[in-house]
Amino acid sequence: MPEQIKAHITGVVFQIAAKPGDRVGAGDPVIVLESMKMEIPVEAPRAGVVKEINVQEGQTVQEGDTVAVLE
Amino acid sequence: MLRAVLVANRGEIARRVFRACRRLGVGTVAVYSEADRDAPHVREADQAVLLGPAPARESYLEIERVLDAARRSGADALHPGYGFLSENWRFAEACERAGLTFVGPPAEAIRAMGDKTEARRLMAAAGVPTVPGSPGPVADAPAAEAAAGGIGFPLILKAAGGGGGIGMARVDRATDLAAAFAAATRRAQSAFGNAAVYLERYLERPRHVEVQVFADRHGTVVHLHERECSIQRRHQKLIEESPAPGLSPATKRGLTDAAVAGARAIGYVNAGTMEFLVDAAGRFYFLEMNTRIQVEHPVTEEVTGLDLVVEQLRVAAGERLAWRQDDIVQRGAAVECRVYAEDPDKNFLPSPGTLTRLHPPGGEGIRVESGVETGSVVSVHYDPLLFKLIARGDGRDEALARMRTALDATVVEGVRTTIPFLRKALDHPDVRRGVLHTQMVDQGAFR
Repeated sequence: MPEQIKAHITGVVFQIAAKPGDRVGAGDPVIVLESMKMEIPVEAPRAGVVKEINVQEGQTVQEGDTVAVLE
Repeated sequence: MLRAVLVANRGEIARRVFRACRRLGVGTVAVYSEADRDAPHVREADQAVLLGPAPARESYLEIERVLDAARRSGADALHPGYGFLSENWRFAEACERAGLTFVGPPAEAIRAMGDKTEARRLMAAAGVPTVPGSPGPVADAPAAEAAAGGIGFPLILKAAGGGGGIGMARVDRATDLAAAFAAATRRAQSAFGNAAVYLERYLERPRHVEVQVFADRHGTVVHLHERECSIQRRHQKLIEESPAPGLSPATKRGLTDAAVAGARAIGYVNAGTMEFLVDAAGRFYFLEMNTRIQVEHPVTEEVTGLDLVVEQLRVAAGERLAWRQDDIVQRGAAVECRVYAEDPDKNFLPSPGTLTRLHPPGGEGIRVESGVETGSVVSVHYDPLLFKLIARGDGRDEALARMRTALDATVVEGVRTTIPFLRKALDHPDVRRGVLHTQMVDQGAFR
C-alpha cells in the first residue's frame, strides 16, 4: 500500500536523504527541511522502499505537501 | 561623529540601532531582501537598499552586496547587529578596507574569539578559568579517546569553528565516543566549513551567567554587571534577567574581574559578552565570548539606565567611554522574554506564516523590541524571533509579575509562538525562587 510522506512544517528542502529504490526504516530521514535556521528531518513513518521523491533541493514546501511516497 | 550608519541586519535589532542613530543625529541606511520589502525596518531608515533574493546567503550574508550598498548610500559606518555577518572577521576586515567604520571590535578579536579552542587558550593565559578539556582540536577518534581519559565522562564534543550550540554532542560512555566523534566532525564540517572538534567536561545542571563588557580605543575596559540566561532550548536562550538571582558576592566579583581581564588581554574594543558556566558550588568557567551586541542587551540597559547601542556608535567614532566603572550600578531588576514563531508543544518546531493580528503589551516598566507588525510575513528564511518583551521592577518579584501580566496581554495570531511556554516557565516554582540551570527546558521542567 503506497503511503505519502507529508511535510510537517513549511520550509526549504535542504537535503534529499533518500532516493527512489532505497529501503528505509521507520524514523529514517527521507528529506531534510531548513526553516528559520533549523534543519528538520522529514522521517519515514514506517519501514519501506522509497517509490518517489517529489521535491528538489532549494524548493519551498508548505506544511502538508507530499514530499515523497513510500512503496 | 559618524555621518550615516548602514545596519547590515533586519528585524528588531535593525530598528534598535536606527533608534540609537536618531538619538545622536546620525543618518540611517537599511538593507533588505526581496522578502523584507515591506518590513518596518525598511520604512524607518532614511534610505533603504535592496540586497537580493530572500535566502540570506544571497542577501544579508552577501558581503560584496552589503559593501556596495554602503558605497551607494554614502554610509561611513556599518553596524552588523547580531547573527548574519556580525561575527565574521573577514567581513569586519572588508569594512575597514572599504573605508567603513565597523561598529564592533577589531577583526583580530573576532577571529580569535570565533576559534573556540584559541579563545580557551587566550582566556586561560589571562587567568580566566576554563572548563577542563582538550587543549585544542582532536585529530581523530583515538586522539579523542586519549584526551577523554584525562577529562572523564560525561563529556561534550564541540565544533572549534562553531557556536550557538550547533554541532554539540554529549557523550556518556567511552564506548560511544568514536561514533559520536565521527558524527560531530561531519556536522561541524557541514555547518561551519570546519571539521575541527574539541572535548570539554560536561557540567551537570550549570547556570549560564554572562558579563557585559565595554571597551574604548583609549584603553578603558568596564563591565556592566551580569545577566542570567539559563533558560534555554537547544542551547539558545529564551529568558534572560539581570541581576542573576542568588549569585554570591564572591562569585559575582570573580566573574566581573575575569571578564574585564579577558577583554583587556585581547585588546577588545566596543561591546562584548563573556559567557560563563557556574556550578552549584559557585565555581565558574569561561564558555565563549560573543563579539557583538547581544539579543538580551536590554535587560542590562534597564538595570543600569545606560544605552548600550548609543555607546557602541560613540566608541566606534573614536570617543572615550562616557562611563567610569563606579558609575555603573544595577538598580532594581529586569527580565526579557523572547517571543519566537515556534511551537512549544512540538519541541519548538518553526511556525512560519502571516501575522494576522499583533497586539504587543504596554504599561509601567514594560518595553517591547519588535521587528514585526500586523500583516508581517514570518519567513522560513530567517531566525524565528518576532519580538522581545522586557519588564523592569524595583526587585525581581515585581519584574517577573509585570512580565507575567504582559504575556497575558499580548495577542499574536497567525503563527504559533513561545508565549504559552514563557507563561509556564514564569509560573514554575524554581523560576520564581531563582533556582535555575541550563538543562531545565530539555529535561521537561516546563511541560
